[in-house]
Formats: sequence, structure tokens, C-alpha cells
Amino acid sequence: MPLVNGGKIVADGFVKLAVDTPLPEGGDILVPAERFLSDADALLKRSGKIGVIWPNNRDIAELVPYLGKIAVVALVFPSFRDGRAYSQARLLRERYNYRGELRATGQVLRDQFVFMLRAGFDSFEVKKQADAEAFMQTAKRYSVFYQPTGDGRITALHRRMQLRHSEGVGT
Amino acid sequence: MYAYDEIDRTLVNERVSEFRDQVQRRLSGELTEDEFKMLRLQNGVYLQLHAYMFRVAIPYGTLASNQLRQLAHVARKYDRGYGHFTTRQNIQFNWIKLSDLPDALADLAEVGIHAMQTSGNNMRNVTSDQWAGVAPGEIEDPRIWSELIRQHTTLHPEFSFLPRKFKIAITASDHDRAAIKVHDIGLRLIKNEKGETGFEVLVGGGLGRTPFIGKTIKHFVHGRDLLSYIEAILRVYNQYGRRDNIYKARIKILVHELGIEKFSREVEEEWQHIRNSSLQIDDEVIEDIRSRFIYPAYEKLPHMPDELRQAAADPDFEAWRKNSVTSHKNPGYSIVTISLKPIGAPPGDATAEQMDALADLADKYSFGEIRVGHEQNLALPHVAKRDLPALWKALDKLGLATPNVNLITDIIACPGLDYCSLANARSIPIAQELTRRFANHELANLIGRLHINISGCINACGHHHVGHIGILGVEKNGEEVYQITIGGRADENAALGNLIGPGVKFDEVADVVEDIVEAYLALRERPEELFVDTVKRLGVEPFKERVYATR
Repeated sequence: MPLVNGGKIVADGFVKLAVDTPLPEGGDILVPAERFLSDADALLKRSGKIGVIWPNNRDIAELVPYLGKIAVVALVFPSFRDGRAYSQARLLRERYNYRGELRATGQVLRDQFVFMLRAGFDSFEVKKQADAEAFMQTAKRYSVFYQPTGDGRITALHRRMQLRHSEGVGT
Repeated sequence: MYAYDEIDRTLVNERVSEFRDQVQRRLSGELTEDEFKMLRLQNGVYLQLHAYMFRVAIPYGTLASNQLRQLAHVARKYDRGYGHFTTRQNIQFNWIKLSDLPDALADLAEVGIHAMQTSGNNMRNVTSDQWAGVAPGEIEDPRIWSELIRQHTTLHPEFSFLPRKFKIAITASDHDRAAIKVHDIGLRLIKNEKGETGFEVLVGGGLGRTPFIGKTIKHFVHGRDLLSYIEAILRVYNQYGRRDNIYKARIKILVHELGIEKFSREVEEEWQHIRNSSLQIDDEVIEDIRSRFIYPAYEKLPHMPDELRQAAADPDFEAWRKNSVTSHKNPGYSIVTISLKPIGAPPGDATAEQMDALADLADKYSFGEIRVGHEQNLALPHVAKRDLPALWKALDKLGLATPNVNLITDIIACPGLDYCSLANARSIPIAQELTRRFANHELANLIGRLHINISGCINACGHHHVGHIGILGVEKNGEEVYQITIGGRADENAALGNLIGPGVKFDEVADVVEDIVEAYLALRERPEELFVDTVKRLGVEPFKERVYATR
């Protein structure tokens, strides 16, 4: 499954561990939430970066004490129809100020990229190669956004206010 | 009406181009039907029994004449020459080809119309009072706020994949014409002691297979906090709404299972985090939206012009005027409701020719504006009283002057088994038969206000639960069977109807309704006592006796 990060297809430096996979000596790993929480101190002491795969039905606030120490939070879309991880992503970025990699995993398809970018995702395990290749083109599809989110894109309402004020300058 | 600016137009065009690409990928096989289904639903495209159905948004039921002409154009060019107005102030085209859809959307985008979120598990078209901005006694025009919500909910990055669909309605009048109590969120615009605009917020209303009347979650949310409060409700729903069973996924079930107190605490907690964020709306933003609503330049005209006095001699005109013409906030003008319920025809349909002609009449007599009501009728909201006789003649020629607004033949019905893949029973033929039974205008007038609502399955698109008489078609042992309720209503006193007894067969429905009506005429205390009030006073029993005595 291709990984898109920073708008480009990149190699995934992280190895995904299941609940019971033996812990490798070194290297960057992604572990399930349950395993991470039960053994956080030991996992954080390892050399190599650590990321957490967080299910979409568990309160993301539980992860807050560790946010400064982890490199990746991977949120899950079991189906593209299940939108719970959008709320988790926005909470991580906008309420808990998480600045590390925020990865979308699961059924990640082209037509969700813009929503995901706006919710704060910056990395994507894309289901289809063609979708991954079309990432940049798709991400630029929209230039107008009505809602303020933490992604910094200017909203339509604010753009209108700016237009109003700039028009008002000379009068 | 609201005039799109360059920003709004750009977004709609970007959406059209995205959908064109999605259709292309479906036609080339790059997208599976399962993947495409959600994408097309987000653009109002259903797959029905015989063809694709295309639902176009008419936000808060306001249309400009050029927009109505473009809808007529779409009906003619891409469909079979007619459209069907729905209970959510939208219009549906029933016979459209998938490969034509991007072009149809592009044509509509030229006049600022889109089909975004008219289906799918997202925030649907915002609905409002079809008389917004012209109804006497209205606190203020709720469409300003409707438009604000329309923009905020369009392609929302967090709430486009909700557990289930989500509907918001707004009213700003004491008499609720927007049925806010049967919406996921109902908003009643009010003023606080300081004279500031805000909203009573209701949550968890809805029909479908588990109907609920909405409950008040907060008595006053200040206008500046409206978006943050809605966002808080949606965030709680997005995370905790059930996703294991689509029949239990609406917010009404979450509210019911948690209880309104617990649910409102969750919302309150979330809201405290976000109320002072960039979601706060300042007055300047509201003024900016208000400035793009175009209001007519009314003249000072007489309340009782000579034209109206003279026309009063014509009983047909008078019958229509008394039935279809309503007071306007400006005494020289009227609101004219246009019945799309001619005797014997499917409720809510209009032909391309009728739409074109109505657009012309709107230009001539209503400052180019048309409204769509959830009762599946249209309205011309600003008609000078002196023009009423001429307008009536023109409407009559078009078959659009049936004087049956709010009467027993003004039936709300879903498309039913004639079109819909979910339906278990026919709706339209029941409606047609009922209009024939009560075709006599004297009789319908004698009966007075009586709303019949028909749904062809328990999804309740015909809102049968809140019909004064509600008719629900189900399937039993391979046969269509109809369950009949009485006493429902959708206004400020919203209530769910009660079943009168065992279901009846297709052929018996009209007879049963006649029996119910006869019972009412015999039981009412005085002619002014409406059917629904008689039912409230006496309960179901006397009606049940009458209907089942001989069956």
C-alpha cells in the first residue's frame, strides 16, 4: 500500500506490530493502542521512533499524555463511510496541539483526500496506487472552503471580510 | 433571494468538475459501484427502480426565476419533461442517465444551483419556512441564518461521513411551517430580553421507522454561537452515534438512548471548548450575508385595489383567493400558494412548460422570486393585490389554480412503489384516488383543513406519522397493506398520529378515509373545529368504531 507524505509517495520507515509480535531491537515501529498503553514506558525507552495506531472508537484524550513523545498517530478508517477519525484528527490537531505525523489508514481513497487534509492529516496509506499517484492533483481540486479548521486555509467568510475591507480602503 | 458571489460560484464549479471526474472513473471501471455509490449519493444521485434519480437542492426553498427556468431546461433536456418537488424543498428528476449527470450539474451551476448533500449520510439541504421574509409577524428573515448554515455544512471536512443523514430546519414565526420538531436539529429564531437574536435549539426529532418529536436541548443559543453549538452537537453525534445498525443510526436514537439530559451535558462540554473559536460569528459576517439577499422594492399600494373588488364577483376567483392567497407583511401585497396537487395527478409534479410559465409569471408579478414549500407546493411570495385577478387567470390556464391548498386533496405523498426501490407499496395511486373522491370543492371546503400524508414504506418520506390522516403502505404476504393513523401534526404542536386499527387493502383505503371524514363531520362540535382538534378531543375510538363497524 503506497504511503503519501508531504504530497509525495515515500517509503514507509515504520514497521507495524500486532498485539503479540515480538518487539524488534531497533527501528521505527507502529503499535496498536492497547499494546502501547499497557507498556508505554518501556516502548518509549527504546531507540527508534514510535507511533500508535489508534482505533476510531476509543477516546483520543487517553493518548494526550504521550503526544510529545510519539512520532506518528495512525487513525483508522475501517470503511471510508465511517467518519469518526475525522473528529479524532481535528481534536488532536486543534485541541491537543499535536504536531507530529498524523496518518490516515484503512480504506483511504482519493475522494476523501481533501476532507482528510482539512481535518489535519498529513500522511496517507492509500488503498490504490492510482489514487496515490493522483494525490497532488486531487489535493488542489478545491480553492474555496466554508469551514474554519486547524489547517490554516482561509475560509470563504474571512475572504469576504478581507475583500470588504480592502475595497473600503480608498473610499 | 441570495445572490452567489464569485466565491460561491467557484466552489460549485469545483464540485461539478470533481463529480465529472468521479463519473468518468465509474464509467471506466476504476471505481467499483460500492465506492461510487457514496460519491454519487453525496451529489444527490440515487439508483431507483427504473433509472437514476437526481435530487437537486433548493436551499430553504427560495428560487429565482432564472433558476426555475434552468430546472425546466434540465427536465426537458435530460429527463422526461417534468420534475417532482419534494418534502425537503428539493426537486427530483426521475429518468436521468448517469453519463448526462455532469452536464446537467454544469448547466445548473450556471445559475448557482447544486445537488450537494441532497442524499447520503451528511448534512442535508437546510430547510426553512417557505414564507420566510414575507410572513406577517415574523421575528426576522430566517434565511440569512439558513444560508450561513448552508455554507458551513457544505463539504464539511469533519461531518461528511456521519452515522446517518442529518437534517436541519429553521423557523422564525410562531406558526411553524418548517416542521422543526421532526428534524435532527430544529431551530426556532427568538430574541432575548436584550433584543438579541438567538435560537431555541431542538434535537432528536425525526420520522422514519422510529419517530420522535424533537426535544429542546437549549432554550437560547446566541446567534454568534450558532455554528459552534451546531458543531458541538455534530461532533458528539459523529463519535457516539450508532454505526452498527442503520435503523438505529440517526441522532434521535442516540438522544433517546442517552437521555436528553446526558446528551445535552456532552454537547455542553464540547461546546465550551469551541464556542470562543473562529466559529464565532460576528455581526459583520451576518451583515455580509444579509447584503447578498435581494429584497424587492415594494411600492405603496392599496390594501383593497379596484381590480380585487371587481374580481370578487367571480365565484371561481373568490374560491381560489380565499384558499390560496395569504397575508403579506406589506398590506398592498399577498403571498400566493400554487397548488401542485391537481385532482387525479401525482402530488408535487410540475412540467417543464409549467416551470417556464411560472418563471415568467414570477418575473411579471413576484419580483422574479418563487418559493418551494415542504407540502410540495410552490408560492409566489410578493404579488401586488391588484395583480391577483390577472395572475389567477394565467395560473388557471396552466392548470395551477386548483383551490385546494391545505384541504383534503392537498396530499403529501412519497413516490412509492411506482419509482422507489425501497418502497413496499404504492403511494401515488392512493393519492390520486383520494383526490378524485374529494374532487368536489364545496365538500373539501366543508371539511376544512385536513392534511393527508402517504408513505410507501416505513422510511416515511411522505411523513405519514405527522399527517392529520397518515397512510403507511407495507407489504404483508406479498400484498400491499395500509396502516392508517389519525391525529398527527407537524407544526408547533407537533404530534405523532395514532393507529386506528388493523391495516386495510389497497382498494379499501379511500373508503376508509371517507368513513373517517364522515365520522369527523358528524362528531365535530362546530364547523370551525378542525379534524385534528376533534381527534384530540375525542381520541381514536369513535373513528375506529365507525371504520371497523362494517369491516
